Amino acid sequence: MGKYQNLFKNLKRAALIPFFVIGDPDEQTSFDLVKTAINAGADVLELGIPFSDPVADGPTIQKADIRAMQAGMTPAKAIDFVRRVTDYKPLPVGLLVYYNLIFQYGVEKFFADFKAAGGTSVLVADLSIDDAGEIAPAAAAARLETVFMVTPNTTDQRIQKIAAATSGFIYTVSLMGTTGQRTELSDQVKPLVARIKKHTDKPICVGFGISTPEHAKQVALAGADGVIIGSRIVKFIEDNLNSPSAMKTQTKAFLESVLNALS
Amino acid sequence: MKLRGRYGRFGGFYVPEVLIPALEDIEAGFERFRGDPKFTAELDDLSRHYAGRPTPLYHAKRFSEHVGFQVYIKREDLLHGGAHKVNNALGQGLLAKYMGKKKLIAETGAGQHGLATAMIGALFGMETKIFMGSVDVARQNVNVHKMKLCGAEVVSVSGGTCTLKDAINDALRYWTSHVDDTFYLFGTAGGPHPFPMIVRHFQSPIGTEARAQCIMQFGRLPDIVTACVGGGSNAIGIFSGFLDDAAVKLVGVEGGGKGLNTREHCATLTTGSVGVLHGAQTYVLQDETGQIRKTECISAGLDYPGVGPEHAYLKDSGRAAYYAVTDEQVLDVFERFTRSEGIIPALESSHALAWLVQQKGKLPKETVAVVNLSGRGDKDVSIVEQHRPMR
Repeated sequence: MGKYQNLFKNLKRAALIPFFVIGDPDEQTSFDLVKTAINAGADVLELGIPFSDPVADGPTIQKADIRAMQAGMTPAKAIDFVRRVTDYKPLPVGLLVYYNLIFQYGVEKFFADFKAAGGTSVLVADLSIDDAGEIAPAAAAARLETVFMVTPNTTDQRIQKIAAATSGFIYTVSLMGTTGQRTELSDQVKPLVARIKKHTDKPICVGFGISTPEHAKQVALAGADGVIIGSRIVKFIEDNLNSPSAMKTQTKAFLESVLNALS
Repeated sequence: MKLRGRYGRFGGFYVPEVLIPALEDIEAGFERFRGDPKFTAELDDLSRHYAGRPTPLYHAKRFSEHVGFQVYIKREDLLHGGAHKVNNALGQGLLAKYMGKKKLIAETGAGQHGLATAMIGALFGMETKIFMGSVDVARQNVNVHKMKLCGAEVVSVSGGTCTLKDAINDALRYWTSHVDDTFYLFGTAGGPHPFPMIVRHFQSPIGTEARAQCIMQFGRLPDIVTACVGGGSNAIGIFSGFLDDAAVKLVGVEGGGKGLNTREHCATLTTGSVGVLHGAQTYVLQDETGQIRKTECISAGLDYPGVGPEHAYLKDSGRAAYYAVTDEQVLDVFERFTRSEGIIPALESSHALAWLVQQKGKLPKETVAVVNLSGRGDKDVSIVEQHRPMR
């Protein structure tokens, strides 16, 4: 059984999965924030490598990407960062990356290096199941778990195809759109999770637009195995650029309140 | 998706899952209507009576004398809106209408594609939103006003480098949350499949007409066909008519900006490397880790770090050759051509003319070169004035 399935099976509640852009706002502060999240009870980490043209991301993560790139983050340094994180605590780490970065690094080498750094899975935001063949051999060779996205407009037929190719979890996008905070939880979460469950028993983690402990609770009640929270946390960085300690206290308090809602 | 959208190893559809159904929808709509008699009749009628096709092929005699060989101009600058962009906007706009879509979105660099889409939005009574980089909004503000006059909303994009690539990013982002009722009217021969195929199809009358005109007007095929290349829609349009004529040399001309020895250019095919940008595997301007580089060019319409995947394929297969000319060379030919022919060429199209000037003295007098004059230069007059103030 894979690392994710094992974790979700033994956990009595939905997993808490915070997302950070690696190196935002700089490498050391970013590492401190990840440690903060781990200490606050994160079960899994979702980490992104900054990219110049992140088309799946809303303004908050775009700005985080720019901050991290300006502070010198690169794909090679990001892999080192993952090693530091898994050395600190060996929890599952999923990577979110845009294809051109691993294409330039060399797909095979990238997957091998990421695995050696203790990573668990790589989700390529701009690579659909139709082109999974471009990464599948490298992922298999590195013994990484596979994660693909399902969106509210994904057909049942595609869900079956995606589920069959998934060994980690199904990254379920809660809404039609990009990443970013929302006031209301998308009303598409419940029907989408139910629809995926009709086709597969692979774990389901829901992300995009989940911004409050109440949202997280609703997602868990809908039957998700994990709740991915990105922009809401990244915003704590954006809002406190002059105070790393405020970033940490706000991140910690928020994650604890989410964990509380999930428990 | 029914097709893979590949040109050799280039092309494809590298997009987030949420966009796949939307692209499948457009692919299916295009396959259904491209040969539909009612659709083609309506498009043909609008191309003639609204856009102004066919466009003339004109022998530029004084400019020919200057370069020492025969230069014929495909007058896409005479089309409604002032550029070849209307060909594609009409085709895709009509496709959107036949597919029952109510809203159009588009990206634009120089504003020509934005204007063409705004015109078509007005023509078909569709709500239209144009994404344009804030740098381009400032340098092409006349086109911004024209779009607004047509009733379009112009969204100024301030992310990233504030130019065409960022306008495409934001248009794609917007589309992900509005795929149900919105048609993304993609402007260039790039982006994810099926856009390169569709844009080429609707721009192909340029090449078909030009080939027939050559035979009718001087009894043979030209020796050279040349066009400027940013994303590459006008070039693929004219090239498509001559691809099977192996003796016809195809030349694409890119924006060399301040020179290829600087970083301030947008010569993607000439100096770039293979990568994945905006849904396609193609040549891109990037750093060694894969981050997309900032580009510079006097011509907003060419200022883009990627290029249509079919051009990448034509380059690698050797069927077409690609070169770059500098901003200074472009300004020189802009003035020269306007004075010798009384035709103000767009700065984009002036790139192809500038390459011809570089061939001066290298070609026999009877050589015939056809240039796609993809747009008129009225929009560029103030930019030229800034660089070359009139006495």
